[in-house]
Amino acid sequence: MSEAARILEAVRTVAKQQVNPDPEESLFESGVLDSFALTDLVSALETEFGITVPDSDLNPRKFESLAKIEAYIENHK
Amino acid sequence: MAFLRAFGAYLPDRVVPNAEFAARLGVEDSWIVQMSGIEERRFAADSETVVDMGVRAAEACLARAGLAAESVGLIVVSSGTGERRFPGPASEIGMRLGISGIPAIDVPVASAGSIFGLTLAHQLASHYGEVLVIAAEKMSSVVWNDNPDKNTAILFGDGAGAALVSSKSGAWEVRATALHSDGSTANDLSLPVDGPLRMNGMVVIRHASQKLPSVIKEVLAAGAVLAADVGAILMHQANQNLMNKVASTVGVAAERLFTNVARYGNTSSASMLIAAAEWQDAGGASERLPIVFAGFGAGFHWGALLAVPALQ
Repeated sequence: MSEAARILEAVRTVAKQQVNPDPEESLFESGVLDSFALTDLVSALETEFGITVPDSDLNPRKFESLAKIEAYIENHK
Repeated sequence: MAFLRAFGAYLPDRVVPNAEFAARLGVEDSWIVQMSGIEERRFAADSETVVDMGVRAAEACLARAGLAAESVGLIVVSSGTGERRFPGPASEIGMRLGISGIPAIDVPVASAGSIFGLTLAHQLASHYGEVLVIAAEKMSSVVWNDNPDKNTAILFGDGAGAALVSSKSGAWEVRATALHSDGSTANDLSLPVDGPLRMNGMVVIRHASQKLPSVIKEVLAAGAVLAADVGAILMHQANQNLMNKVASTVGVAAERLFTNVARYGNTSSASMLIAAAEWQDAGGASERLPIVFAGFGAGFHWGALLAVPALQ
């Protein structure tokens, strides 16, 4: 499974719906995620990709879209 | 060994619905409900103090227990919104209750104040007998200013709660307790001396949604009680979404979660004991099932207490 597909699966699991957002689409403005779901998504990404997201990075803007999530993971491997 | 004898609460008369300030903050009533579950809160009168509210909650608790104030051996008071840096409200509450002379301790640990107070009372009851735990907050005085922050101003309300912890008797016996603190996040939720209240909501949610289930599981394991057997979870009433998430993670059925955040908002340290008093008055105690108290707040401080029906 590609990294993008793994990210999408994590988002779908946290959102509890089979969403299919565009890579640049805001997951928060579109209602896919809210502030509570962000903390769950971060936990899921930490587990899935073996990364550690510090509290200082816990900002919706860093995880705004699938593309931003992928970039974040690439920069923190 | 210590017992929980009774709870009491006091809420100011003034009801403040979301609609009263939503426009001023540039938010929708529905957004506040969606984000927090809060529909309204109570605000104290300008002249009403933390001490005033604490005394009222203490009197309600003592009346419920049928105990004269003179029988109390120790007072523990939690508040982060008193009128002075020092002394805290504890000694003045004791004076107002007519029991000056007995020790009165201030525990200013904000939202975890009730759980810290209850746990300290449990530990100290063997020496002091009847311990009166009080938590009182006037949060409106610290979140409403000339330029209120919409993300915090919507959350908080005023009120006070109280509990009587006894070394002798009570409906519930304390079986297990756990307290924790971690100062690495002290600045993520704080009330600086010159105000206003600062909250990094994402960090608070992240830690609360992990640490509360963990500490609840800790006391359940220590007390050999299954989550499925818990009769009620009485938690710090910060946010309905957070409480739902905690109960789900622990494995306690949603109907076992007692909440009143919709009506009172987040009253910081007071909220857990206000909830306990309402749960008691609603007949929750009649089920005679294990109950769990849990709180999390600035510090971060967090903890839980498991109590089981006492043998009668």
